[in-house]
Amino acid sequence: MEQVLTFFFEYKEAIFIIALSIFVGIEVISNVPAVLHTPLMSGANAISGVIIIGGIILVGHADLTTFSLSLILGILALIFGTLNVVGGFAVTDRMLEMFKKKKK
Amino acid sequence: MDKVIGILNGMEFTIGDSLLELSYLIAALLFVYGLKLLSHPATARTGNLWAAGGMGLAMVTTLLLHKDAGGNGIPLTNVWIILAAIGVGSAIGWMIARKIKMTAMPQLVSIYNATGGAASMLVALLEYPNAIAGDVGSIIVTILGLIIGAIAFSGSMIAFAKLDGRVGDIMKPFMTYINLVLLVVTLGLGVYITISPNPPAEMSMALYALLAISLVYGVMFVMPIGGADMPVVISLLNSLTGIAAAMAGFIYSNQAMILGGILVGAAGMILTMLMCKAMNRSLINVIVGAFGGGGAAAEGGDQGTIKEIQLSDAAVLLSYSQKIVIIPGYGLAVAQAQHIAHELDTLLEGKGVEVKYAIHPVAGRMPGHMNVLLAEADVPYENLVEMDDINPDMPNVDVAIVIGANDVVNPAAYDDPSSPIYGMPIIDAHLAKNIIIMKRGMGKGYAGIENFLFFNDKTRMLFGDAKASISKLVTEIKSM
Repeated sequence: MEQVLTFFFEYKEAIFIIALSIFVGIEVISNVPAVLHTPLMSGANAISGVIIIGGIILVGHADLTTFSLSLILGILALIFGTLNVVGGFAVTDRMLEMFKKKKK
Repeated sequence: MDKVIGILNGMEFTIGDSLLELSYLIAALLFVYGLKLLSHPATARTGNLWAAGGMGLAMVTTLLLHKDAGGNGIPLTNVWIILAAIGVGSAIGWMIARKIKMTAMPQLVSIYNATGGAASMLVALLEYPNAIAGDVGSIIVTILGLIIGAIAFSGSMIAFAKLDGRVGDIMKPFMTYINLVLLVVTLGLGVYITISPNPPAEMSMALYALLAISLVYGVMFVMPIGGADMPVVISLLNSLTGIAAAMAGFIYSNQAMILGGILVGAAGMILTMLMCKAMNRSLINVIVGAFGGGGAAAEGGDQGTIKEIQLSDAAVLLSYSQKIVIIPGYGLAVAQAQHIAHELDTLLEGKGVEVKYAIHPVAGRMPGHMNVLLAEADVPYENLVEMDDINPDMPNVDVAIVIGANDVVNPAAYDDPSSPIYGMPIIDAHLAKNIIIMKRGMGKGYAGIENFLFFNDKTRMLFGDAKASISKLVTEIKSM
């Protein structure tokens, strides 16, 4: 019990953010009409590409003086992340454009 | 930018540091705002752009303002490498997004899930050696990021292969146990690495083993899950990618990453639950096993007879109806019949017939897939009606046309407590005055359950490829 409380106190900010984000995520998404499930999913998918920030930091501070596997993997992570972000937002836009065209 | 403006916890911070955090706050808010707008048809497109803007902002400010522990910014050479990598990723991503067929959306989302998961996995793998021994919090998030990212990656690759028809469902009863063992080993190894007093640099073998087992688990976990459960699996994998990104966010104490990741995780979870509800199954039930063998096979009693309908009769019936509801299933998409279906409904509407499409929540291979396919075929958005809205109106419908759908119109969901789909919400096609079922042959649905709708007195069957049948029907109606 004491360990749990210690853990909570040390990481209280992170735990607050997790709890509130889950709540916000649920609130924002509930009551979405079924028509939008696919675009919503690919849009959310693109947001999860936010991992790209990690990739930028990783490669940004990588040591370039020596060749390393880490650098290659870091660059790979960056490419994967961008693919996720750009592709995700672009395809969502394309889908929503299709919906919009029909609305008039 | 480099002007020191204060001290926090013994560390000096500059204008740039503060601006960077501010930009993350704005990015996080844009994610929330974008998702909010994305959940309403009228504002969805703007919402997507806002979220994309938030992402762009966070990327640019990170590149310009991020500093390592020693206070050094990102060197110019590294900036060029990053820009090159982003350029490559953007070009590929953009090209695929423009070219992809709408029927292949589930495959595409799976690929993006895989790349997102792989990126999180790699970041966690590369950051692990920098973790400080004994700092349980940061080791936990790194390990979780690795495990979840790896499962999302390999699981999504399998999901992609299955959706693309490259891999079939492999379901053996013993796989449930293997999966359980794999899961326990993965978690056990994760806990072992987390609580080990050794410095992270000495734990690399254990870490690689953990990576390998997580990858294998991802494969094994998606492998036995059947085609009809794909919407659930894709939503779940989407959710996992978000959670993995959030874990990586903790490694960098980056609030934009944490919030964005958790947001996606929660949203994916909700969709997963919605899909499960639409099939009246629990998430555990979907993951642990396909439809059980009980009950289903024991039936086969008095089935009644099947009645076919001639094309000309069908044409007459449709032309003189007032209200028609088309119930599309994945079979329609497989036959690429959505465009010709729209031709049929325009033709009939020209004759004064009211035509609506009734969409079951799990129609298609991912949540909302059928709506996208029909929208692509130019079917007006207002003509797509959700299950709960159309059902009360079904008794007034003259003809219900079922195209390539089966389980979602099976009345056994109401009548037969022994049926595996008993209790699943269905579209009440059986209440319509007439029912036409377009089907390739007398095969059973995915669940392998007899559909008593076929033997209903009001039902007529129209056998053949959906696309060919509908185009013949169109010609027939035109010539009347």
